[in-house]
Amino acid sequence: METKISFTLNGKKVSLSTDPLRRLLDVLREDFGCTGVKEGCSEGECGACSVMFNNKMVTPCLIPVGAANGQDIMTIEGVSKTELGQRIVQAFADGGAVQCGYCIPGMVIAAYNLLLENPNPSEEEIRLGISGNICRCTGYDLIVESIKLAAKRGR
Amino acid sequence: MIAEELTRDISTAMRRLDAVEKSEGTAKYVSDYDFSDCLWARMVRSSVPRGIIKNIKLPKMPEDYYWVSAKDIPEGGHNYLHMIATDWKCFADGDVKYVGETIGLVVGPDKTTVEDLREQIEIEYEEQEPAVSIDEGVACKGGAFVNGNNIHCHLKLETGENVEDVFKRCDKVVEETIETGYQEHIYLETNGACCIPEGDHYVIYASAQCPFYIRKSIAPVLNIDPDKIVVRQATTGGAFGGKEHFPDVLCGPLLLAAYKTGKGVKMFFDREEDIENSVKRHPSKVVFKTGLDKNGNILAMDSKVYYNVGAYLASSFVVLQRGCFHVTGCYEFPNMRTEGFGVATNSFPSCAFRGFGAPQTLFAIETHMCHLAEMYGVEPLEYKSRYFIKQGDNTSTNGKVVERVMIPEMLEQVLKASDYKRKAKEYKYGTGKGIGIAFYNHGGAFTGNGEQAIIKAKCRMHKYPDGTVEILNSQTEMGQGFHTIIPKIAAHVLGIPVEKIIYKDPDTSRVPDSGPTAASRSTMIVGRLVEKAAQQVKERWNEKEFEVETHYEHPDGFPWDQSTFQGYAYLGYGWGVCVVEVEVDPCTGEVTTKGIWSSHDGGHLIDELIVHGQVNGGVIQGIGWASTEVLQNVKGHFKQTSMSDYIVPTSMDYPKQECFFVENPYEWGPFGAKGLGELVFNGSGAAYIDALSRAIGKRIQSIPCPTEQVMLYMLNGKDIEEAL
Repeated sequence: METKISFTLNGKKVSLSTDPLRRLLDVLREDFGCTGVKEGCSEGECGACSVMFNNKMVTPCLIPVGAANGQDIMTIEGVSKTELGQRIVQAFADGGAVQCGYCIPGMVIAAYNLLLENPNPSEEEIRLGISGNICRCTGYDLIVESIKLAAKRGR
Repeated sequence: MIAEELTRDISTAMRRLDAVEKSEGTAKYVSDYDFSDCLWARMVRSSVPRGIIKNIKLPKMPEDYYWVSAKDIPEGGHNYLHMIATDWKCFADGDVKYVGETIGLVVGPDKTTVEDLREQIEIEYEEQEPAVSIDEGVACKGGAFVNGNNIHCHLKLETGENVEDVFKRCDKVVEETIETGYQEHIYLETNGACCIPEGDHYVIYASAQCPFYIRKSIAPVLNIDPDKIVVRQATTGGAFGGKEHFPDVLCGPLLLAAYKTGKGVKMFFDREEDIENSVKRHPSKVVFKTGLDKNGNILAMDSKVYYNVGAYLASSFVVLQRGCFHVTGCYEFPNMRTEGFGVATNSFPSCAFRGFGAPQTLFAIETHMCHLAEMYGVEPLEYKSRYFIKQGDNTSTNGKVVERVMIPEMLEQVLKASDYKRKAKEYKYGTGKGIGIAFYNHGGAFTGNGEQAIIKAKCRMHKYPDGTVEILNSQTEMGQGFHTIIPKIAAHVLGIPVEKIIYKDPDTSRVPDSGPTAASRSTMIVGRLVEKAAQQVKERWNEKEFEVETHYEHPDGFPWDQSTFQGYAYLGYGWGVCVVEVEVDPCTGEVTTKGIWSSHDGGHLIDELIVHGQVNGGVIQGIGWASTEVLQNVKGHFKQTSMSDYIVPTSMDYPKQECFFVENPYEWGPFGAKGLGELVFNGSGAAYIDALSRAIGKRIQSIPCPTEQVMLYMLNGKDIEEAL
């Protein structure tokens, strides 16, 4: 049954009429063109689709769009335009964090989520902060180093 | 790039050209394209490992919905995919040989309706008894279905004297079997493609490693010239070999669907579908028979190498060949006999995966060497050191090692950093702490003269009037950094900023065929062609606009006979040494990796940061293969079908690595570089298992070895020093 759903997406009020059980992931990609939100596993395991939901990281492959009604959502498209998001993007580029790139928007979100809460994380805290995001290319070391670099540049 | 950067050594790290767009989420992978005018397709596949298709009961197809199967192949068309062999069918026809074999496509405008129709299709089989494992395949369980003996392919190599004669003079002849399991690629982006008819040709967008392979493979389905198929690679979210030939399995049926419907047709796999129905690393079994003198010195070695090829041969003979060529690892043994068998089974066909057959035999020889050492009470490093291969030594194919082998230098780096010698002495077997070491190599590019005889790579470079230069070849970026290092090579030769260089994802209608992006060949072979093209462009720089083309030429003096597999298999190997240290919880069997140290020889590195990323990723993928990545095939069905139950490493599982390199320029590579992307996978698994085995004091002869298996070894395993 179609329902009107409204939420804030990357700082703008949006609304649509749709089945409230559709996955938020599909709505973001198909209805709002946020293709930076990547589908990796469809079960909340890999973190590729991570977005900020009321300033906390979630995986929208597990969230029905009805649950987004009235909430605040930031995708990579919005996060990368913030000062912190762009600082992470630049640090990822300088630190060699990016290979195939498919996990990277989710990784940037995970780093953003971490640095918002903890601007000076330790190596262990960084590894924990991105542990819900699977990367098959990098072995994580250069992602961890890049997050350290982003934190350092924010000081 | 600023002018100053051009004056630095090419190894100095440069920012990847694709890093920002990938980080901001604007890079377009194939599922990000707007294909809203195209129809959706879903595959209907075999649910039994072996059987005769008795009946296919289709629901009534609504208007604009289609069933596409072998029957739709037009007259003159062929129902096969031309990979290397041509046995893999585009659609099952009459019978099925593995679970997941393509039977047909349901195609139509609405995704949900397509899925509903697919679920209504009923297929009736007369089931036959399948052979699933290597042993079942060899035993022809259920009756042979390939060549009368279930051996798809076979080869034999010999060096020195006849090993049977040598065995007679040996003090002891021991036998050991080493096994490795399936590995799933888990590229983060699953497979997907779209085929659109445009005028008299078809355009394919795909997540793929090898655009020209797709054309060649699927053109026979419609019996059309490959030029009538244009393949455009989309940004590819990881591949590791899993998108070398496998995209053909999507694109063949999509081509036929586009032909039948006259419309564009798209198909994207979700993760479960991708894990259950895609190619894997070949499971292997290597049976060693080693003849020793009374001091434990190796006098002769016989190895029988069995790879589980699956139902269709496709590219597996080449995988088996590479496996057999690498069975001697980094060693020279006096007398060798190696036989390889590609075993037909009713399981999903195995195909390329980083290392292409070499990791299995390298794991086997490293592990066997440790066990021989331990049996004689010799420290494994000391034992292995007796046989290190050097420049000029004989290889498994009776060629010579052409280059300088810097194992001693690499070894010194990792021994020092890891404090290996002290720890190896201090950590007694079975005390919960262990340190292990492995040596490995990887022959760069296609075997022998294959680059000249088979691939015939071509590369073009175009200079435009505004001073920009375009590089035209078919190599793909799939994460390894190639689309950064190639413009970097050209910029350094031409002395112009990298921003003046254009290098796009390949479109087969615009670029020459420079061969597949595979076999650790792209940098050393195509990179060299780009370097040469740039030199030619530089010489003619004052001309306004022109194009140059360079062709691969194999250096003289290194003969290779592909019919007998004799001669110089590889001119340039990458070399590696890896040390891993672990601690094992005596109650739970849980393993904590305490340190990982490696050194690699990739010639003169084109970009140290990109290479660093390759090492980190390859090493972790190799340890994953040896430890947590359990993928079982039960009665033809993969048992692990999601990322919740197929366990790849996370950021918490391994400590930060220490990576070292040696400077060993390769004569025929660009700026002295050689292949490295596969090498870095090839040895970490063996080092990890060596460490684990010492920590628990038990012999490990099979991987993967997850925690529950460690526990079983601790309870019931054979002692590490027991006689083989």
